[in-house]
Amino acid sequence: MTTFLGMPTTAPRGVGNLRGDEPFPAAARKALGNAQLRRNLGHATTTIRAKSGAVIGELPDWQELRTAGSALKADTMARLPELLVQLEEKVTAAGGVVHWAADANEANRIVTELVQATGHDRVIKVKSMATQEIGLNEALEAAGIEPVETDLAELIVQLGHDKPSHILVPAIHRNRAEIREIFLREMPGVDPALTDEPVILAGAARRYLRETFLSTKVAVSGANFAIAETGTLAVLESEGNGRMCLTLPETLITVMGIEKLVPTWQDLEVFLQLLPRASTGERMNPYTSMWTGVTPGDGPQNFHLVLLDNGRSAVLADEVGRQALHCIRCSACLNVCPVYERTGGHAYGSVYPGPIGAVLSPQLTGVEDNASLPYASSLCGACFDACPVKIDIPSILVHLRNEVPHPRAEQAVMASAAYTMDHPKLYAAAQHAAKLSRFSGRRLPPPFNGWTASRDLPEPPPETFRDWWAKR
Amino acid sequence: MSSKDLMLGRIRAALGDTAPPAGIPRDYRGDRVADLDLLVHRLEDYRAVVHRGVPIAETVAALAPAPLVVPPGIDPAWLPDGVKVLPDEGLSADTLAVAGGVLTAATVAVAETGTIVLDGSPDQGRRIISLLPDLHICVVRADQVVASVPEALTRLDPGRPLTWISGPSATSDIELNRVEGVHGPRRLHVILTEALS
Repeated sequence: MTTFLGMPTTAPRGVGNLRGDEPFPAAARKALGNAQLRRNLGHATTTIRAKSGAVIGELPDWQELRTAGSALKADTMARLPELLVQLEEKVTAAGGVVHWAADANEANRIVTELVQATGHDRVIKVKSMATQEIGLNEALEAAGIEPVETDLAELIVQLGHDKPSHILVPAIHRNRAEIREIFLREMPGVDPALTDEPVILAGAARRYLRETFLSTKVAVSGANFAIAETGTLAVLESEGNGRMCLTLPETLITVMGIEKLVPTWQDLEVFLQLLPRASTGERMNPYTSMWTGVTPGDGPQNFHLVLLDNGRSAVLADEVGRQALHCIRCSACLNVCPVYERTGGHAYGSVYPGPIGAVLSPQLTGVEDNASLPYASSLCGACFDACPVKIDIPSILVHLRNEVPHPRAEQAVMASAAYTMDHPKLYAAAQHAAKLSRFSGRRLPPPFNGWTASRDLPEPPPETFRDWWAKR
Repeated sequence: MSSKDLMLGRIRAALGDTAPPAGIPRDYRGDRVADLDLLVHRLEDYRAVVHRGVPIAETVAALAPAPLVVPPGIDPAWLPDGVKVLPDEGLSADTLAVAGGVLTAATVAVAETGTIVLDGSPDQGRRIISLLPDLHICVVRADQVVASVPEALTRLDPGRPLTWISGPSATSDIELNRVEGVHGPRRLHVILTEALS
């Protein structure tokens, strides 16, 4: 028996960025008051939906690819222990070192000690959701190590002392004029004549980071995919900052959630077609790097892979919710979500915002720590349609709403409603009583006024169906 | 107990008796014939410059990158006279960063996505040499072009360091519009030649 080895455990409190400071409704109310934020988000999400729709439309077999992607992820999850062990064997055989991190604290400690062992005090970073999730930058800074984000959007967030608000484009809440302001204020040596042309802003980031790329000896990355069969890791990116980090330093440390596995080399053919079109709306992203362990004479000669659980095994234990682990972090569900489009990512409190965040964050932390997120949705289903691996986000949301602790008043009301509906005479009497509400206005009294705060109470008909039927 | 045993134990406990799906439905397309015109269109759509059916050395000379970095296994017939050539015998990052350009071969090109893949073979060289110079000239043979991603993977060796390149360096990070020119080469020229006879 293996149960004594420990039951699945949620991500620990006090570390990382999975929990917000306030519930979603309160944070959303503030965000909704920011007209600039709403304009920026509306513009960006409209742009990406059009781009993505156009390139998805080019593929006649998009639905077949989605079906294959979904099945491959289900297969991966069902065989996760053997595939993880296989990945470790292959990476090790190719000259890499594999580390297992049960939670954020352990992963942060492993990475910090690996950097310290190199004797360097600065690392360059490729954009990585896993390291955002565990708060690696904060841990490195506490140990006197400077993490430099090299992705343009992450750089905008870091220089702006801001938080990421989107999985793919963490600075989606900023427009070009705001980015120019941040660069002028925070980027050492920036040209004071900087304009807000995107190509000029990109050029400023190129000049600013060039020397850092050439002189930094340690890099930290995430991974989009890890192939168990071959031990190969893949990072998809656009700017070339990923290539810089994966090629130039002496030491590369990759932090990867255990759900990023793909069983075989051939399986990549599905995900390499799904991810770019669903995420940036490109047929293929400008650069994809793949490496297997260490290549003598080419690239980092020290490679470490950190496999991260941090609550994922707890997600896996939920038969309905586990498909949230199929996510390939494309962010298509954010871009189509009417709630995300209006509130932006910060309101979700977690590094995983939007529909996928609303199902992933509460499961990673345990629902009691993100109890408002399963309600941060209108259940319209657009996310399910957009998901390239067909994660049924609405069903998980409904499932999690049942897991959330409910107030006793609500439990009592629901229990009495259920009892009433179970007893025909009571139910008929209740319907008659409901007619009286025609004279009580369109607002419910406390504690039910939350329901009518943003809705009108429907007007009851003058006659119940039963009364009408009895007269016929 | 090691963290590995702890994690594997937790995952096994979480899975219980979950069975993998009976099979993976692979009803998507594969095994098609490559369309060279499509490759050219896709490359140009992402702001790469394509030269088709032209003499290689003369095309390289017209781009006039100096010095021109080349991997050790480059075909000498591709090198123009009168251009300063820097063969990569362990060139430093600083030298590469100020080079005028780099000339490499390729392993595979994917028509449907406009992608070129380098695998570090002697005529493609270390990953760093096609990264730091601002101009990348890449020679692709017609017989290296495949229709789509599945066909490309069957031709690639996952044991080699692979770089998939689709157009010049770009970003979508400012208002989600694609803007060319960040950290990688800002100019990508592709010379498409006939198949090996």
